[in-house]
Amino acid sequence: MKGRNSGSVVRIAAPVWALVQRFYFLLLIFVAIALMMVGRMDPVLVDQARARVTDAVAPILDAFSRPAATVANVIEYGRQLVELHAENQRLREENARLQQWQQVALRLEAENGSLRSLLAYKPDPASSFITARVIADPGGAFVRTLVVTAGRRDGVKRGQAAMAGQGLVGRVVQVGEWSSRILLITDLNARIPVVLETSRQRAMLSGDNSDRPRLMYLPRGVEVTAGERIFTSGHGGLFPPGLPVGMAQVDQGQVRVVPMVDLARLEHVQLVDFGIPGGLAAEAAQPGAMK
Amino acid sequence: MAVGIWQKLDHTGRNLLPFAVTVLLMLVAMAPTHVPGLGMVAPPLTLISVFYWAIHRPDLLRPSVVFVLGVLQDLLTGLPVGLSALVFVIAYWVVLTQRRFFLGNSFLLMWSGFAMIAAAAAVIQWAVYSLSQVTLVGFKPAGFQALLAIAIFPLPAWVLMRLHRAFLS
Repeated sequence: MKGRNSGSVVRIAAPVWALVQRFYFLLLIFVAIALMMVGRMDPVLVDQARARVTDAVAPILDAFSRPAATVANVIEYGRQLVELHAENQRLREENARLQQWQQVALRLEAENGSLRSLLAYKPDPASSFITARVIADPGGAFVRTLVVTAGRRDGVKRGQAAMAGQGLVGRVVQVGEWSSRILLITDLNARIPVVLETSRQRAMLSGDNSDRPRLMYLPRGVEVTAGERIFTSGHGGLFPPGLPVGMAQVDQGQVRVVPMVDLARLEHVQLVDFGIPGGLAAEAAQPGAMK
Repeated sequence: MAVGIWQKLDHTGRNLLPFAVTVLLMLVAMAPTHVPGLGMVAPPLTLISVFYWAIHRPDLLRPSVVFVLGVLQDLLTGLPVGLSALVFVIAYWVVLTQRRFFLGNSFLLMWSGFAMIAAAAAVIQWAVYSLSQVTLVGFKPAGFQALLAIAIFPLPAWVLMRLHRAFLS
């Protein structure tokens, strides 16, 4: 009985197996395409898988990123040596200018404080930072993401803004246990509602994988001056309003934005939790002002 | 008896080399370089590795392993899962059918072979990615990436050759 059964199994299985063998590559290609469709239909599942795998290799990436950072530092050091004198000159001038600004800022802060007390103004909840090291820059021709060394156990949440220095660099799109992934503002899929500083005109910052994302949905006739600063507008609730993003640049009729931060040289990022959405972000833009 | 076990372990370890080296190259390629513009065109070291082992030791890098490597790369880099797997499997398939031609001839021929594979891979990747995003993505970065990969090919190929000779012959 058993023998006859296994015989029939072999009779059926053998040709099937031969067929699989013959079309093995086609089968694999088919599975790859199927995987892409699954990824499109169930992004949560794929995100979880990504988070697991990224978590698993994060220690290795961390180890690899250190020598790379060292080499980058050495190169940077050499470059700085060459420009030491000019840099010093520039910094002295900048320092003098900034000291004047500091006086202005202190005066305004005092004034602001007194006005707030007059209005019984209820301040927004303070935002908190998580600083993380950049351990991978997967690069490639199609995506702009970073992997950083902070995850769920550090309090990172999906959708948090990632800032570096004075500007927005992206947002958290995937959170693992001790690593997470940031979608940069230059990525093809990044869309950020922004507002122009002087005209207060709203627009959409739309990444296209180039170094300078485009400014879209600007009404006709709006004058954009080169060098004008761009802030998040807070519409859509993803980011609080007032985070500096970059500076406008008019290029062959297209308005593009030069990010505040050099995205290629990021070593650390700050993942910012703004408490409630729509927090007062101008404070967060200047880490010194938090304390 | 003990020697037999150690020999077996050693053997298995050596046979895992192509897979391990490819994964290692994948992770190395992900390290942040801090060089402006390089991240965009960072050469696909994984493709070079798959190409090399497909020619020299396809018995140690089976198609299913190549597929897994592709999925791993997609998961790590944030590409749509299956895209690199598709590209790698097609590249592996093509190389395997032309293997005799690559094996018998000079390094220059292998290089030109890789040039063709890299160009085709870039086109496939670009086309499939554009389809998956339902927008026409610019081809330039993918093209530059392929060019750079072709330009630096001898270096990773030399490293792989040394590893191959040291551990698998």
